[in-house]
Amino acid sequence: FVGSTLALRVVAECGRSKARACELRLPHGTVATPVFMPVGTQGTMKGVTAAQLDGLGCRICLGNTYHLGTRPVSLIQKAGGCIGLLNYHSQDSGGFQMVSLLALSEVTEEGVRFHSPYDGAEILLSPEKSVEIQNALGSDIMMQLDDVVSSTLTGSRVEEAMHRSIRWLDRCISANRRPDQQNLFAIIQGGLDPVLRSKCLEEMTKRDVPGFAIGGLSGGESKEQFWKMVTLSTDHLPREKPRYLMGVGYATDLVVCVALGCDMFDCVFPTRTARFGSALVPTGNLQLKKKQFAKDFRPIDEACMCPTCQRHTRAFLHVLLHSNNTAALHHVTVHNIAYQLRLMDAIRTSIVEHRFPDFVRDFMKTMYGDVGRCPGWAVEALQSVGIPLS
Amino acid sequence: MKLNLSRVVRGCRLGTLNNLGKKGDRTMEFPGCLLYTRTGSAPHLTHDTLQVISGIPVMTQLTLSSLAEHYEILEEYKEGIGKFIGMPESVFYCSLHDPVNTCPPGYVTNKSVSVWGVGGRLEMTAAKFMTIQQALQPDWFQCLSDGEALCGEVFSAKRARKSVDRSLAFLDECLKLQEQSEVLRSCVMIGVIEGGDIREERLRSARETAKRPVGGFLLDGFHGDAMTKETKLQLMSSVTAELPEDKPRLIFGIGQPDEVLECIEAGVDLFESFFPYQVTERGCALTFSFDYQPNPEDTVLQQNGKKKEGGDNRDHIDKVTTIKCIPETAFEINLKEKKYRDDFGPLVEGCSCYCCKNHSRAYVHHLLVTNELLAGVLLMMHNFQHYFGFFCAIREALRKDRLGQLKELICKQATS
Repeated sequence: FVGSTLALRVVAECGRSKARACELRLPHGTVATPVFMPVGTQGTMKGVTAAQLDGLGCRICLGNTYHLGTRPVSLIQKAGGCIGLLNYHSQDSGGFQMVSLLALSEVTEEGVRFHSPYDGAEILLSPEKSVEIQNALGSDIMMQLDDVVSSTLTGSRVEEAMHRSIRWLDRCISANRRPDQQNLFAIIQGGLDPVLRSKCLEEMTKRDVPGFAIGGLSGGESKEQFWKMVTLSTDHLPREKPRYLMGVGYATDLVVCVALGCDMFDCVFPTRTARFGSALVPTGNLQLKKKQFAKDFRPIDEACMCPTCQRHTRAFLHVLLHSNNTAALHHVTVHNIAYQLRLMDAIRTSIVEHRFPDFVRDFMKTMYGDVGRCPGWAVEALQSVGIPLS
Repeated sequence: MKLNLSRVVRGCRLGTLNNLGKKGDRTMEFPGCLLYTRTGSAPHLTHDTLQVISGIPVMTQLTLSSLAEHYEILEEYKEGIGKFIGMPESVFYCSLHDPVNTCPPGYVTNKSVSVWGVGGRLEMTAAKFMTIQQALQPDWFQCLSDGEALCGEVFSAKRARKSVDRSLAFLDECLKLQEQSEVLRSCVMIGVIEGGDIREERLRSARETAKRPVGGFLLDGFHGDAMTKETKLQLMSSVTAELPEDKPRLIFGIGQPDEVLECIEAGVDLFESFFPYQVTERGCALTFSFDYQPNPEDTVLQQNGKKKEGGDNRDHIDKVTTIKCIPETAFEINLKEKKYRDDFGPLVEGCSCYCCKNHSRAYVHHLLVTNELLAGVLLMMHNFQHYFGFFCAIREALRKDRLGQLKELICKQATS
């Protein structure tokens, strides 16, 4: 493709499932995949500083700097670039303004029209404008502007959105002024309709883009429909280019979707749930505000090496979470990011060491106990790629 | 603990407190401040973000009001509050109240004092108070005291006398209880000077408290607006004149730079650092200069900058409602103001804090406007570092006998 500002090297493939471990070389460095990208704002993660993120080993994250789209581009350039991938639509972002804005937005062939949360001004986000902003921000990966519809929507709107996304992809490709420094990813749409999704895959893979995102999922759809669209997508995406599944971040979903052939993930879940005092652990999560943790002097996770677990107990976090000191939220956020990164690392190592199927079985056992309690869709999905759970 | 007084210049004391902490190996300089915490943690900051700040005080202030309700957990934990909150290396002073959150008056009796935690009011007799301190095991703690000398908004001589009587009674009872506990004997009790604005009561409180075997003194009741500045400072000087030289003097609830200097002149050694926290909560950054020996060129530029800001303030203030309605001081800028939207300079030119080294005013403005948690983190890092730097400048000025110049600089900014 035009300019090699991205190179994907497949380091290992699982012999059975579609899982693979790769190295993704980007302008600002190399990222090992499968990778989970925390969602933040301009290289920072809610209350966690860029330095803390760095200390956790986070190499790539998502900056939802959509609001900067209301400022003159020259200003954005002065503000400096982001350290990674930029995303406009976080499918389950809720917490950030995008989803609520979509509800109030108007989509035409021109672009998406809505009001800035910043100062109320009306903005038209066209494919060209979105690329202009991302060019100014200088992130390693940029996303096309896509016509997003809810995954639970059916009918002609889904088809319209899919075709428009293809047209918008072409407009984004044309408008990209820095193809030798930034990588524009396409976003596969088509909702939950295999015919539409296949059509979208067929068309978008004709375009010479450095990577593909699988979009239009992770809304309110059932998991049964979800995994089928994921696997259909990876079946038709090129091996040598990264597959970024947007809006997925629950541990089980990550493990299954790696098995289905995805390389990159983003989700607000781990950082958002942290702000409610929920700490992620291999068996699920700990609601640290609950009374049961008042005298629990263990760390969140004995095996976790994050700064929170190295220094603090569940009991202290319980006390702090009941105060109005925001430090409590930051402690849990740091831990949850560490948990996600550690999970991906473990997944990757198991693929490299050719024991991914065993890893999956162990993971599911720890999380759910016996096979009977594993979610049906996950069992099916794993079965479909040669990893039976019983 | 040993206090070394290196010099006294026009009433201002400069020195060190040695052999602090459980191991007796820590040293603290004065005049100085303590690290302010809320429920055992610096506000907004984890260990990692706290450690990046330069000049972190050796001693940390804990507030009993935020921790008392958890004492049973601490009793079971057994290892003391320092380890529980993840600061095993720090030296701790436990104050009774939080200087930021005022508590409702009328709850002190001859037998008990109340504090307000998350779960509501916690009433403490001397016995209960000492039990709680035994669970916390701080290095220093403020003795149980009656800090109310007001009757409504006005001082009452009768109420002031009672506050002194009660505080002395509490002190004697707590000292007795301290004797009976091995754990508590290794903690230092800080005696509390009360008495409202009544000179005789203040002197009585000082003299009587000084007779007891306390490790230091807290000047209480000088915060707020009930007293005029002259009365306040005169009383303070009279009080410290009655106190032994070789024991530290802390003051409750004073944090503004100009007031800090006045108190130092009146013989106070140690302050709290809640003021930078209050500044943070209103979306502001401390910008006052404590560089009393600048380049003549810089002074002109600074004056010009200040003038411009003064003009803009009147025109463009964005009124954003904040929970704390304490008005801004002249020592800070309000990053929520529209004029900072495109200001890509650091919060303070030349500041080496994490925020100023990595981010701009525009960025902090954006974080505030979009309600991002990071705003509090970055502002707290800057404001603490700036404030600690101020105390460092005070000590340096005292060493070089230039405190007058520093005071002039601060006062000039206070009135601008």
